[in-house]
Amino acid sequence: MNPTRRGPADAALLLLVSAVVALFALPLVGLALRAPWGELAARLQSETVREALWLSAWCATAATACSLVLGLPVAVWLAAGAGPVRSAVRVLVTLPMVLPPVVGGIALLVAFGRNGIVGAWLLQWFGIALPFTSAGVVLAATWVAMPFFVLTAEAGLRSFDRRFADAASTLGAGRWRTFRTVTLPLVLPSLRAGLVVAWARALGEFGATITFAGNLAGHTRTMPLAVYVALESEPEAAIVLSLLLVALSAALLFALRDRWWPAR
Amino acid sequence: MVVFAASSLTAAFEALATGFEQRHPGVDVELHFAGTPQLVLQLREGAPADVFAAADTVHMQKVVAAGRTAAAPATFARNGLAIVVAAGNPKGVASLADLARGDLRVALCGPEVPAGRYARQALAQAGVTVRSLSDEPNVKALLGKVRLGELDAGIVYRTDTRDPGVTGIDLAAAHDVVAEYPIAALTNGPAADLAGAFVGYVCSADGARVLAGFGFRGP
Repeated sequence: MNPTRRGPADAALLLLVSAVVALFALPLVGLALRAPWGELAARLQSETVREALWLSAWCATAATACSLVLGLPVAVWLAAGAGPVRSAVRVLVTLPMVLPPVVGGIALLVAFGRNGIVGAWLLQWFGIALPFTSAGVVLAATWVAMPFFVLTAEAGLRSFDRRFADAASTLGAGRWRTFRTVTLPLVLPSLRAGLVVAWARALGEFGATITFAGNLAGHTRTMPLAVYVALESEPEAAIVLSLLLVALSAALLFALRDRWWPAR
Repeated sequence: MVVFAASSLTAAFEALATGFEQRHPGVDVELHFAGTPQLVLQLREGAPADVFAAADTVHMQKVVAAGRTAAAPATFARNGLAIVVAAGNPKGVASLADLARGDLRVALCGPEVPAGRYARQALAQAGVTVRSLSDEPNVKALLGKVRLGELDAGIVYRTDTRDPGVTGIDLAAAHDVVAEYPIAALTNGPAADLAGAFVGYVCSADGARVLAGFGFRGP
């Protein structure tokens, strides 16, 4: 590269990067500036916050567990080959990532609501109605979060070199031993990353939750819903809750840093 | 010009905007509908708007206190409350007292939303305790869940029950709450000179006729 031209180009790049950093950082700075720091501790200990935080934490964890149990077989199957059926299934599984969550909430209502195509049957045979229950929150969160796990896990499984597993079986390892000692350690980082991203997405879920599961303190009012409710009555409380969510999500991404910024 | 209006005013204000545009050729009225608390928040954070029509006086006072109003607010319409049920009223709901029935799935708007606060006032006046399954964010969301059959009943504005997909049962006069809709011209809007004219039109006899066509009562 021509050393006399590198200076201005570098400066231009730095300027652009600074502008983008400002775009992402300024809203957080705004939150921090408007936060009622003096009463932060008291507000974080309030019943509302504890209730919403606890509900969010366990619903996001349950949704992540569902994503693992239901999503891993799908990822394994998707990674095992190619073809139009797999492509179609992948599109279907990816759809919740790009659909507005409120659309997801409506779709879940007409499928699993009391008059929904599956929901009517669930109610009649088992007496189960998901809307307005914590189970409904978990379903909505699973619906939006599982795609993140499936796609991340599939990518990890695809990049796994089958020859390692083949070598292990040639050396006499059984299928379970090969999976446990060779395949799993190699794909584990992807699975872990998929689970963390799914958990973070489930934690932040709003649109599908309020549409499908409603908004009732202690039962379906998760952190994002609590932020929304607080914003309409007490903006300061909304800022405190928002900061808490920012801190949680940032901590989560920090825990994942090794995957996204590999140590050099 | 930009008009901020409570979501329960949607259909009426679309008609009013058309009427105003016909009287002022070349003027384009841009309508922005949302739950009243959300509009107040946006106005306090400096959103450019010329006129604000709220679903209650409490929220209008917050905008006045924030110094955004150009003139004192005026009440331009009133609304009552109604119980909303599925079309044809299959569960036989007749009064507020029925909402306490164990076989009914009932929800209200959240207490921070005007419709939710009015509904709780009405229930308190009737001495009825209702277990709300969800604090819905606005009247339209509540109405949608009743229409889908997810809820058996909710309390909304009388004007909302003109929707053919649902049936409305007006509250008994003794328990009803009168919702007052105030309107005010704002400062710092893109067409501040027209704001007063729009408010004048909404409060005029012509404006009242349009509002009456959507079931609103006069001030």
